[in-house]
Amino acid sequence: MDFVVVQALTGLAGASSLFLVAAGLTVIFGVTRVVNFAHGSLYMLGAYIGWSILTRLPRDPAWFAAGVLLAALATAALGALLEMGLLRRIYRAPELLQLLATFGVVLMVQDAALYLWGPDELTLPRPPWLRGFVAVAGSRFPLFDLVLIGVGPLVLGLLWLLLARTRFGVLLRAATQDREMVAALGVDQTVLFTVVFALGAGLAGLGGVLSLPDGSANLHIDLDVITDAFVVVVVGGMGSLPGAFLAALLIGELQAFGIVLLPKITLVLVFLVMAVVLVFRPHGLLGRPQAVARGAAEALALVRPAVPALRWLGLAVLALALAAPLFAGPYLLSVLTEMLVAVLFAASLHFMMGPGGMASFGHAAWFGIGAYAAALATHALAAPMPAGLLLAPLAAGAAAGLFGWFIVRLSGVYLAMLTLAFAQIVWAVVFQWDAVTGGDNGILGVWPARWAGDPRVYYLLALALCGGAAMLLRRVLYAPFGYALRATRDSPLRAEAIGLHAGRIRLAAFALAGAAAGLAGGVFAYAKGSVFPTYIAVGHSVDALVAVLLGGVQTIAGPVVGALAYTALFDALLTTSFWRFKLGAFIVLLVLFFPAGIAGAAQRLWERGRPA
Amino acid sequence: MPRNKGTETMTVTRRTLLAAAGTLAAPALVRAQGSAPIRIGEINSYTAVPAFTLPYRNGWQLAVEQVNAAGGVLGRKIEVVSRDDAGKPQDAIRLAGELVNEQKVDLLSGGFLSNVGLALSDYAKQNKKLFIAGEPLTDALVWSDGHRYCYRLRPSTYMQAAMLVDDAAKLPGTRWVTVAPNYEYGQSAVKWFKLLLAKKRPDVTFIGEQWPALGKIDAGATVAALEAAKPDNIFNVTFGGDLTNFVRAGNTRGLFEKRGVVSVLTGEPEYLEPLGEETPTGWIVTGYPVESVINTTNTAFIAAYKARFKEMPKMGSVVGFALITSIVAGIAKTGAVDTEKMADSFAGASFDTPFGRAMWRKQDHQGTLGTYVGKTAVKDGHGVMVDWRYVDGAGALPTDAEVAKLRQG
Amino acid sequence: MSVLAVSGLGKSFGAVRAVDGVSFAVAAGEMLALIGPNGAGKSTCFNMLNGQIRPETGRILLGGRDITGLPPRRVWRLGVGRTFQITATFASMSVRENVQAALLSFHRRVWRWWRPARGYFAAEADALLDQVGMRAQGDRAAGVLAYGDLKRLELAIALANGPTLLLMDEPTAGMAPAERVALMALARRLAGERGIAVLFTEHDMDVVFGVADRILVLDRGRVIAEGDGVAIRADARVRAVYLGSGATSGGH
Repeated sequence: MDFVVVQALTGLAGASSLFLVAAGLTVIFGVTRVVNFAHGSLYMLGAYIGWSILTRLPRDPAWFAAGVLLAALATAALGALLEMGLLRRIYRAPELLQLLATFGVVLMVQDAALYLWGPDELTLPRPPWLRGFVAVAGSRFPLFDLVLIGVGPLVLGLLWLLLARTRFGVLLRAATQDREMVAALGVDQTVLFTVVFALGAGLAGLGGVLSLPDGSANLHIDLDVITDAFVVVVVGGMGSLPGAFLAALLIGELQAFGIVLLPKITLVLVFLVMAVVLVFRPHGLLGRPQAVARGAAEALALVRPAVPALRWLGLAVLALALAAPLFAGPYLLSVLTEMLVAVLFAASLHFMMGPGGMASFGHAAWFGIGAYAAALATHALAAPMPAGLLLAPLAAGAAAGLFGWFIVRLSGVYLAMLTLAFAQIVWAVVFQWDAVTGGDNGILGVWPARWAGDPRVYYLLALALCGGAAMLLRRVLYAPFGYALRATRDSPLRAEAIGLHAGRIRLAAFALAGAAAGLAGGVFAYAKGSVFPTYIAVGHSVDALVAVLLGGVQTIAGPVVGALAYTALFDALLTTSFWRFKLGAFIVLLVLFFPAGIAGAAQRLWERGRPA
Repeated sequence: MPRNKGTETMTVTRRTLLAAAGTLAAPALVRAQGSAPIRIGEINSYTAVPAFTLPYRNGWQLAVEQVNAAGGVLGRKIEVVSRDDAGKPQDAIRLAGELVNEQKVDLLSGGFLSNVGLALSDYAKQNKKLFIAGEPLTDALVWSDGHRYCYRLRPSTYMQAAMLVDDAAKLPGTRWVTVAPNYEYGQSAVKWFKLLLAKKRPDVTFIGEQWPALGKIDAGATVAALEAAKPDNIFNVTFGGDLTNFVRAGNTRGLFEKRGVVSVLTGEPEYLEPLGEETPTGWIVTGYPVESVINTTNTAFIAAYKARFKEMPKMGSVVGFALITSIVAGIAKTGAVDTEKMADSFAGASFDTPFGRAMWRKQDHQGTLGTYVGKTAVKDGHGVMVDWRYVDGAGALPTDAEVAKLRQG
Repeated sequence: MSVLAVSGLGKSFGAVRAVDGVSFAVAAGEMLALIGPNGAGKSTCFNMLNGQIRPETGRILLGGRDITGLPPRRVWRLGVGRTFQITATFASMSVRENVQAALLSFHRRVWRWWRPARGYFAAEADALLDQVGMRAQGDRAAGVLAYGDLKRLELAIALANGPTLLLMDEPTAGMAPAERVALMALARRLAGERGIAVLFTEHDMDVVFGVADRILVLDRGRVIAEGDGVAIRADARVRAVYLGSGATSGGH
């Protein structure tokens, strides 16, 4: 019994930390509708700035509190700068593009922090009062954790006062519910948004600096924190502060007791909670369906058959691709093979995300399942390569069909988050289940069959499979099914009213996209000779997302162009110093100046002066 | 990464263009004369784990400079072509291809993460190229997935566990708990430790285990759960940020008081330094006591390192340095840079490291570089290792018969 | 026999009884207008008829068959076409493709993966567009159409399944007066030619009294009057409840 009390208190402290991170994210989302991927980076900056400040201050409680506030304010100021410099310019852009821009910021901040604070973990020396404890039920309970338990509700209370009792709060709530109306009433939204963003950033910074006594400032916390924060916000209901608090409590306590009962499952547990909540409550615990922003029916580009010039260009590229083995060396061929895989991976994501309107943050799950299916077939079943390459799309398609049944019923950010949850579950299982998947060490020796061992042969095989599958997806988009899919995206109401079973169509598209990604994974597995959990990691999903958005989500050629450009860019930057900063800056600039992507921009250029 | 130094600030004039063309053409010319530098391909997770890899890079750079200043090997200078794999094995494999096919390196080396090491090893096996792994700890690298083209320098997970077991067996108390990151490294460290300790102390029981997710430890809850088991002793495998959080929560909650703690790698400066004044005392750890090791090799290494980089070396620096000396010794012994010859002839080559002399084992291509086992203490607000002794890697390995069995997979 | 027969239809939202025991019937070729002040329950009624909302009480018979509680796509398949108050078309498709999409679904050709969709039912789509006077705009993007044109496109889509019953929710809202008359004349003609039963809601009383065969007046979820234009105009309760509420010809 005593232990239950202590563990429950520990869970409360964890919940408070989670809430601090999530509160800022949900406030920002509620008002600006921006899914701020850089929230974890602000948290990290809060921790680093806090370290720089607190290590220079006297070590008593009053100075500590002052330092914490100062660090939070400094992070808030950085948040305001970020809003004014970047986000303000892209509020009208589609949600995903905003997400992409903030992802670029994440990359930039990583290298900036490395440059400013160095690679080593930075710890704050704890004065005795920070190490203090109280006796609770026969155990020691950290004093600081008690403080944390108080800080969560305190912040919730202050935010509630701010929202309910001030003019600013009234405006904020109005803006949360109806952005256009607030604008129509003549409220200066620019300032409102900047302040909100600064507030959210300040909360992130507060969370970061308050993490110092129990941990350290290091270069990994940004991404660790952001997934937790997303989970809390989504489980609670996006934009809902009490929801975030409730979700933080739920997850904090589940975590604390889950560790005792099922010590190996902790990583999966959090995402399992999110999946279950979203299946039963598609908008989170306390969330409301997102009000459809007026005028959000963005002018969707018509899908027309490629113009002759583009066809010729495509044929020329294909001819060049076919001729590559004649002039390219083994390394270039391996790069080209990877590009082909990237093209199919991006095309499969685009298939569900563009025409299907289902953006995914977890597309790497299907890629990874395909890769592991091929690897396990080779390894455990000693199956020949063609069997592995057949199994890859089948397994991935089946898994996507199964998970998809839960996923396709959601929409927008919730759908994207559920895909992320499933991908994280798959990742965690693969990463931790050493006996079957080889865990972190992966599965080795998945090399091509002898007849395809020559890089030239394997390249041509990859060209046939990946190129062929990408062409097939394209073909499907022009076929009746593709029209039906777009119909469910353009107007679910009308689609249903002309007899289309939107759920089934979306599920079929989801499974097909999954199968195609799985094939890409299978081809990749044999190209690399091994499979690893990194294939399923969030970063890999983001790669596909970046490729699609880089190319342009509204054009059929977009994913192809995007995948080629992104792979080439990544390879070129990787050998330079501070490549993450450069890549991030590139992404940010792209979002700012070419929001329709490369192919989209090219299309506009081409269409300029021609009748629409 | 040396290849890129200066290229970004270069202003293009006709003269620089000519000069550039000259340097581009030069290697081919010199190579024909047989005195071109020996090219060592090196891949590591520079951006993903900078805390380890940046000191590591300093280490190999220092060794390259020293080797070349002493006239190189086989009458040729050595040159390292370095790449960043961003922590992703799939990128490491592509870069290996680039190094082998484009840069024409004579052999591959590097790795920090176990999966990157295994990916590179598998690439080496498939493409019949020599790969010398520096840091990756996984046993699979030289045992279940070992092959003739792969050598590994550092003491493996098994060896780390084995080095600690002697001292662990002397601890009073029989009730043990373990805490380890939930992935292959943590899992095998715990597996070996349990197995080896049970051999020496049949009376011990393991009464609880915690498996925090790597990089995401919930330290308070983990410590409370361990505490609730009321163990006599604790075996810890967490490291980095997880370790810092674990130690802080454990200190406050008194988990480590009156308990023996045995901890892998915690004595390495990379992991000890962040603990600072909160370094728990009396933990039995593997690591590197840096300055307090006074002998000719280590003292000379530290002096040269400090002179060159204005900071103290870390464990990574030792690995980077020894990686180069071990490769150079292998090449010298082989007398050529032919892959097949090197694959045979590296075995048995002995080389100098800051820790003293070590060699490449014949049976499994494991390096016998050892590590220090000692106790943690706090000195002037910093974590240090005391009562340490050097444990040679050769003594921490199973019998040849067992190795042969493990190597068959 | 009536094409549509509704009896005792009811639905509440919380404490509000949005539709309360509504019964009526529409015959083939007949145009029945459903009118009433805002909040009278017209849209709820409509949404129950095509399956978007499940009624709590009552039955809906289509050609004698009970369709109560069927989802919209099933109702549609049984021959009910519908236009929406706020137009719902496919913005990423051309005008012709919008109709083709409906035709693909009607002819059960949706699960086809190979032949380009443009080749399916193009002539049939053009014929439908011709009927609503939109053929010339067939290649334009639906997303850039003027509002009146969108309404006509919706009508063409609604006709794609050769409906026996056409539900038109505020078909002329947002259109210029001349356009309204033209559109409803078109609907009138189609109803007569094809024997389609048309049920429509409308705010514009000129339109209602101009084209409706019969008028059904709803107030607070109940039917308060039913009859032809003359009878409705003369009905005291309608005058009190409806016309007295301030809404007159052309108002919203």
